[in-house]
Amino acid sequence: MLRIENLSVSYGTHRVLHDVSLDVQSGEVVALIGPNGAGKSSLVRAVSGVIPVEEGRVHTNGTDLLALPSMQRARHLAVVPQAVSMPPAFTVWETVLLGRTPYLNFLGQVSPADEEIARRALVRVDALDLAERRVGELSGGEQQRVLLARALAQSTPILLLDEPTSNLDLHYQVSFMETVRTLAHTDPLTGTGNLAVLVALHDLNLAARYADRVALMVAGEIKAAGTPRQVLTSELISAAYHLPVQVVPHPFADAPLVLPADK
Amino acid sequence: MRHPFILTVLALLLAAILSIAIGSVFIPPADVWRVLTGQPPQMVGQAAVIILTLRLPRTALILLTGAALGASGAAYQGVFRNPLADPYLIGAASGAGLGAVLAMSVNWPYTTVGLLAVPAAAFVGALAAVFLVYLLARVGKTVPTTNLILAGVALSAFATALTSFLMLRSTGELRRAIAWLLGGSVFSGWGPVLVILPFLLLGLGGLLLSGHSLNVLQFGDDQARQMGLPVARARTLILLAASLATAAAVAFSGIIGFIGLIIPHLMRLWLGADYRRLLPLAMIGGAAALLLADVLARVVMAPQELPVGIVTALAGAPFFVWVLRRAKNQGYW
Repeated sequence: MLRIENLSVSYGTHRVLHDVSLDVQSGEVVALIGPNGAGKSSLVRAVSGVIPVEEGRVHTNGTDLLALPSMQRARHLAVVPQAVSMPPAFTVWETVLLGRTPYLNFLGQVSPADEEIARRALVRVDALDLAERRVGELSGGEQQRVLLARALAQSTPILLLDEPTSNLDLHYQVSFMETVRTLAHTDPLTGTGNLAVLVALHDLNLAARYADRVALMVAGEIKAAGTPRQVLTSELISAAYHLPVQVVPHPFADAPLVLPADK
Repeated sequence: MRHPFILTVLALLLAAILSIAIGSVFIPPADVWRVLTGQPPQMVGQAAVIILTLRLPRTALILLTGAALGASGAAYQGVFRNPLADPYLIGAASGAGLGAVLAMSVNWPYTTVGLLAVPAAAFVGALAAVFLVYLLARVGKTVPTTNLILAGVALSAFATALTSFLMLRSTGELRRAIAWLLGGSVFSGWGPVLVILPFLLLGLGGLLLSGHSLNVLQFGDDQARQMGLPVARARTLILLAASLATAAAVAFSGIIGFIGLIIPHLMRLWLGADYRRLLPLAMIGGAAALLLADVLARVVMAPQELPVGIVTALAGAPFFVWVLRRAKNQGYW
């Protein structure tokens, strides 16, 4: 599990995260929602050790993640970034194998076991047939799956995703989130347990449908956390986004549906 | 993927034999082979003298220079994640040139210590230039292409102007450095080869071990760190190694542009982006290409010799334009 305690982060004098606490259990998908600039990406970056933390702790089962060297940390926690900066000349296979970096020596020599893990990661995201293609030739949805496979190849118990669906069309949004949910609820890749998944999402209805719990961030703070029904209320969402919304029952899924009204 | 290595090594062998055979006196490749393998040459005993005291050290110097430029070019492109970076464009070579000329102006390298001072000063110059350009070009955590080129060009111009100034106001020996600066062969014999060797071994050795780090760095600093790479340490080591190699290349061969740009791109086009393959191939390919350019430099206006830097620029400039146009549609980079 992932436990974030009283995390505060500033860019210069501007405080972007203020006293953020959040737990993600193994086998659970927690969606991080909130307006632009609320600090969702900053939280992902701070938890993954990319930006310095002013105060607070991030730990998993007693291990202080932020105190670890990056190689050790990358064995606990993998990140799926937005597919905006992938080097296009690598093949899919080369890209996913690089997910094994935390376990390789500095020459990057891979063993048959590493290759098997990479292969299974590709199978897991249904992208094995893409293995020999160059990343630059792929569609946005395919690239995002490759990034997910790379993160899975890191064999970590914790997975962070930073707005992974924002470049995807309707079909890929749904199939990507279904894959993520399946990964959290059953984890055939490592066989050791289920993933703790924290996913920053723009789309409130994707969050409602695929997350077990939702955390609403506004101006660097967690305003509310709980089940989708508890957090995705018209009061909380209207206030957070400065936009009147209506929340209605989803016509065919067991989830709330958020509909923006006119301003 | 064994063939690319065999092909590039064959190209290098061929280029080396040509480089030893061709010059003011043509020595048949068969004789070259005999001398190199220690058998007495059939026709002229003079051939052995020419080969061992003139052609062989020159060939060795050019070969090492080309290897250093090819590998360091690939490394600079990888570290800056920029298809246009090369030792020349980002100012490392000009910085090394300034360092070398400063060393030469203090003491023309007649002695071993004088010789050693040249690559050492070149290394300091290269390093200073790279870090200055990096600092000047950086915006937040990224180094945009345009900034990198602008900072590199500005710093190169500044260092080159200082170098020219040093040479012009001097009398005597430093004037010989003008031909050197264009990539002409001013230094002969085994001395220069031997003194750059430790710099090259460290630099190229370090680069050959950096392939995996460079692969991970291609995803950008954030992702590289999330994938478990100690980013700052890896980048510092690669820049140190590349600057060592650049300094060794510039110290006695002057400023030879475009090899560090062209060769890594050709290899990348041919074989893809894996730096563990790319670095050794750019090294071997750089050596072969510079040897061939040097042979051309010796024959096109024979008996007069062109500085090899002119040949590489004449071939390289059009290629550079082509890369610029191609980089826009992001095909293979």
